[in-house]
Amino acid sequence: MSTTTAPAATGTDERLVAVSRFTRVLRRPELGALLGAIVIYVMFALVDTTGVFVTIAGTARWTDVAASVGIVAVPVALLMISGEFDLSAGVMVGTSGLFAGLLTTQYGFSMWPAIGLTLLFAAGIGLVNGWLVMLTGLPSFIVTLAMFFSLRGINLGVTKMLTDTVRVAGIDKVPGYDSAASVFASTFWAPYDFRTSVLWWLAITVVATTVLTKLRFGNWVYAVGGDQTAARNTGVPVRRTKIAMFVCTSLAAALVGIITLLRLKSMQAGQGVGEEFTFIIAAVVGGCLLTGGFGSAIGASIGASIIGMAFIGIAYAGWNTDWSWLFLGVILFIAVLVNTFIGRRAQGARK
Amino acid sequence: MKAPKLALVVVASTALVLAGCSGGTTADQSTAKSTSAAAGGGDNSAIKICMYTHGDGGGFWSVAKKGAEKAAADLGVTLDYQESNNDAQKQAQLIEAGVTGGCTGLAVSAPNPDAIKDALKKATAAGIPIVTMNSGSAVFRDLGAITHVGQDEFIAGQEAGKKFKEMGVKKVLCPLHEANNIGLQQRCDGIKDTFGNVENLQVTAGLADLAKSQAEIQAKLESDPSIDAVFALNADIATGAALPAAEAVGRPIKIGTVDLSGEAVTDIKDGKIAFAIDQQQFAQGYLPVVLLYLNKINGHVLGGGQPMYTGPGFVTKDNADLIQKLAEAGTR
Repeated sequence: MSTTTAPAATGTDERLVAVSRFTRVLRRPELGALLGAIVIYVMFALVDTTGVFVTIAGTARWTDVAASVGIVAVPVALLMISGEFDLSAGVMVGTSGLFAGLLTTQYGFSMWPAIGLTLLFAAGIGLVNGWLVMLTGLPSFIVTLAMFFSLRGINLGVTKMLTDTVRVAGIDKVPGYDSAASVFASTFWAPYDFRTSVLWWLAITVVATTVLTKLRFGNWVYAVGGDQTAARNTGVPVRRTKIAMFVCTSLAAALVGIITLLRLKSMQAGQGVGEEFTFIIAAVVGGCLLTGGFGSAIGASIGASIIGMAFIGIAYAGWNTDWSWLFLGVILFIAVLVNTFIGRRAQGARK
Repeated sequence: MKAPKLALVVVASTALVLAGCSGGTTADQSTAKSTSAAAGGGDNSAIKICMYTHGDGGGFWSVAKKGAEKAAADLGVTLDYQESNNDAQKQAQLIEAGVTGGCTGLAVSAPNPDAIKDALKKATAAGIPIVTMNSGSAVFRDLGAITHVGQDEFIAGQEAGKKFKEMGVKKVLCPLHEANNIGLQQRCDGIKDTFGNVENLQVTAGLADLAKSQAEIQAKLESDPSIDAVFALNADIATGAALPAAEAVGRPIKIGTVDLSGEAVTDIKDGKIAFAIDQQQFAQGYLPVVLLYLNKINGHVLGGGQPMYTGPGFVTKDNADLIQKLAEAGTR
């Protein structure tokens, strides 16, 4: 850190060149995603057959989808900035929902203690993920893939063992359900009925953005993802920073698991499987680099919005669902392409 | 370097716009078709029937979808068909979107009824009639549906059990190819009820990797020589995994299946597969549209509080020829 205080005697150090405000805006990781989101919003507003997409009611519908993606996509983005992946984040949604569901319906816990224990359990899983990555030096891709398969097996095995079926049901009869549901899985602003998960999503985005831009910890996150050795040499606690990000991701997945459990009053053993890619896609669409060191929390939330708009937009457009995946694929591809294009131009001076 | 990249963005954006346009055109065309079909009986395109299933676009659901499209075209109503790939939360979100999006009738499959209960309450509160289809025969009344169209999975299993008994087999293997599908479990429970000596086997690879599923079934058949029949719960599992496994083991093993495919019908004709239980999912797509239409124009509530069964119908060597023609046309 002290090295930067040296005067720029030569005057040619690129790090000290003043950049215009315009260039600085262009360099924001989420700019491309924002433009992409606007394009996609306008497009779905135009092809909408119901006239509902652009209304408040329509907004309530697509933000509902976006929130369940965004809550996890934000910490996944931070984890990616720190240079790691978590492929177990999707299945973790199911695991934590099942964990809370089984605690309440099979072991007589009431809702709130079960939620507390679930969060503890999730933090433990995140800790194991991070610790294993650090200990073994294996790519997090492999470690969390192993966790993904393990949890998937445990989800089905344990659920069937304890309930003789493939889902946990009857959550609304558990003591404390009503108060927990009002916090995690109710709606506000009748008659449009926005989901409370939207508030959780916004809160997590704000907190993550603050941490990234205002706190020293945020600098660490960028540093360990940019150049781990350099970060370590300048005194950044690499191991702790990365493990903390794994724990946050796991906790966010558990939050979505709890929200889903309370909302659906039940949990299937397969819930969440495959969603890990949706989270990563949201983060990448939002400007995170797959190589780490670059990205933002707001970007991930915009990425989640794009996914939410596409899901509901395709339904309102009445498009033949045989082609849904193609539409999603093209939309995501273009969003990332625009992103990369703008990013390269903005960094043209640097590179 | 930069110009080609810009060009790439332009090309890709154009592709998206084209994709959007052609998507729109497809929808327009189907609406146009429906309208022209209705020319005789008047234009009913203001009636929007929304069918939101847990389907996955596979061989089974594409036939159900075809049934719904045919009904919509025959009646001249507008159809909005959406699938949610076994994700109960997505299905609930679709239903809520549909209620705000102006559905006049709602058909849903309900493999996980708790998950869509609240969303369906919004539909009934908005005066939208509901019909459940495919799965949900036990719970349709609780969900506020006027009736249910489908096959009772337990009865289907029971009928298969009787059939295997007639065939004189001793022990049946029941491979479950989807971990989260409660209906599959009910079929295995049904066959256990009428047949008795049944062993369940969780096939982890499922439809995603038939070669691996074959290996799993084969290993089970090899390790337990008393098994002399397999009750496959899906036609692709029957033809792609159970049959090759049985052939590899080399002792006579009878195979029965649930649902049809072109290959399965051919195998039935050739005597390699003994029977298929057909739940006739084309009708599961067709009937809800008709029921909701009748409810809308004439206030009918059919079914009398009972579900309407589309199966089980048996496909054996005797009727395989006729069924084969229809399966090739994608309606059976």
